[in-house]
Amino acid sequence: MFEFIQRFFGKPASSATAKERLRLVLLSDHLSLAPDVVESLKHDLLEVISRYCEVDVANCDVTFEQREKQVAMLANIPILSMRSRPAPPPPPAREPDPPQAAAPRPRRKRRKNLAGSTTAPAT
Amino acid sequence: MHELMQEAPATSAVPRKRGRAIVVTSGKGEVGNTTTTANTGAALGATGASVVLVDADVGLRNLDIVLGLEARVRHHVLDVLEGHVTLDDALVTDKRVPTMRLLAAAQTREKDDVDTAAFRDLISALRDRFDYVLIDCPAGIEKGFANAIAGADEAIIVCTPEVAAVRDADRVVGLLGDGRSVQLIVNRLRPELVRRGKMLSVEDVNGILRLPLLGVIEDAPDVIVSTNRGEPVALDPASPVGESYRQIAQRITGTLTGVPEIPRARSFFEKLFGGRK
Amino acid sequence: MSARRIVLTSGKGGVGKTTTTANLGAVLAKRGHRVVLVDADIGLRNLDLVLGVEKRIVFDIVEVVEGRCQLRQALIKDKRLENLSILPAAQTRDKTAITEMQFADVVRQLGEICDYVLIDCPAGIEHGFRNAIAGASEAIVVTTPEVSAIRDASRVIGKLQERGLPLRLIVNRLRPEMVRSGDMLSVDDVTDILSAELLGIIPDDEEVIDSTNKGEPIVLQPDSRLAAIYDKIARRLEGELVPFTTFGSPGFFARFFGKAS
Repeated sequence: MFEFIQRFFGKPASSATAKERLRLVLLSDHLSLAPDVVESLKHDLLEVISRYCEVDVANCDVTFEQREKQVAMLANIPILSMRSRPAPPPPPAREPDPPQAAAPRPRRKRRKNLAGSTTAPAT
Repeated sequence: MHELMQEAPATSAVPRKRGRAIVVTSGKGEVGNTTTTANTGAALGATGASVVLVDADVGLRNLDIVLGLEARVRHHVLDVLEGHVTLDDALVTDKRVPTMRLLAAAQTREKDDVDTAAFRDLISALRDRFDYVLIDCPAGIEKGFANAIAGADEAIIVCTPEVAAVRDADRVVGLLGDGRSVQLIVNRLRPELVRRGKMLSVEDVNGILRLPLLGVIEDAPDVIVSTNRGEPVALDPASPVGESYRQIAQRITGTLTGVPEIPRARSFFEKLFGGRK
Repeated sequence: MSARRIVLTSGKGGVGKTTTTANLGAVLAKRGHRVVLVDADIGLRNLDLVLGVEKRIVFDIVEVVEGRCQLRQALIKDKRLENLSILPAAQTRDKTAITEMQFADVVRQLGEICDYVLIDCPAGIEHGFRNAIAGASEAIVVTTPEVSAIRDASRVIGKLQERGLPLRLIVNRLRPEMVRSGDMLSVDDVTDILSAELLGIIPDDEEVIDSTNKGEPIVLQPDSRLAAIYDKIARRLEGELVPFTTFGSPGFFARFFGKAS
């Protein structure tokens, strides 16, 4: 009977505690064991922040810390100055530009010289 | 550093006697090595002695999680050995046992990365600061084992009453050599199975190992519950397993002498009328 | 026609991995497959003991690699099951005695003379572990529903995935009554946390200790409930879809009015 009361008012079942602890500790373990992933994340993070401010890249630090109930990412990013307006995001396509794209400028010049030409500039 | 000084036991005012370094080993994995180290350490700490628990496993860290301190680990052994942080930065405190500290294992490297001589120096430095240095030894007998026993002049062998465990323990006794004092803890005894002849008895085990017996721990579900919660069973006043660990601690400190009692299966009448235990 | 080369691993030492390897090998042999068990431990032999062949070891894997004997000479045939053989572990502590390539080569050779090679992996994730997975084409991860075992299993799963090895999970030493009372993680909890496909569930059974003591795989005792469970695991390995044994679901009222078994 006492166990019945304890289950309602006492501690949660230990398996629930175990599951929650494992969730956190595995997250923490995997983060500490994937330095390349963390590096990529840090790189991308700095890239985004750099669009808004100038940062002291050499002294940036990104770590993961496990606390009692959560794993938190801590980023220490010294800011040197704010940009007057955010730089645009980099173009979405990551592949190198196709060769024709280098052509537009000469063609534009040609268009000025050839009034009435219907050649559209390559994008 | 400040914290450590504040919580150091009163004896620090007197010239400190050099602490004892004890490696807890077994050879075979999963005999309860880490749980034994954690609980023996907690029980020793609860007596007021200063204890540091060192997780000598590298790559597979578990002492922290058994103690429920996994969320407080910031640095580990290799960080200290490589000079990235000071020892005080790396030592984890336990609010439940103020005189106990944990030095966690590294996760990302392998045992070869630890220089045995450096590890020995670390243990020596710890002996100057703590009454007891307990080293949790990883399974197997490769470099991790060699590292763990470096600098420890005492050993506790943990063995379960199973043929494979006894064989590995026997092998480990041989590897520990003559220079060390070695004692035995028999873990996960099931007296009922011993009575039915389905399990080796403590006498069977020690007939082969021939070591001074430090303690016998019965198999009990509350050990699993305690690791689920990260609450060492040695700190649970109601737990019989906890009591076994407390007695082990008392034998280590010397306040308890005599041969440990071996749990026996309760007779029919004892079970009926709630006899012993 | 090459064999399936399966490494059994756990990260944490001895969560019942060696016993599982022995019993799984035995049940596969009973089902008519030719099976070779390989003990990949370095310096600490255990597979031979669990099978009761420890007194019959003449050569081990290191001697095979060093050319001091033929592979067939080192294999010990089980007296009870004609389809089952074991290649014992090295006695030496010297982990460099055998390289990954050499180990993989031995496993490949074994794969040509049998249907299943089961490699019992040593504890940890060091050299012995790397050797053991070097020869494998798939993996079985053995864990218990216990916090530190799961943590180590997770680590090992990460390493296996790095190598691209397909893997499945066996949850060993389950105590259904403790799961019911909330004192032990359930199988669902475990597969959830590890995100691994389940191969089998083995309940905690006191008979296992006795059988290990005697060196007789428990699956050879026909009335043992573990024999039936290992049989199911073998069938799943063979590709059959076999439902998992349910060990009782924790109904709300059952918790208060039901008895712990």
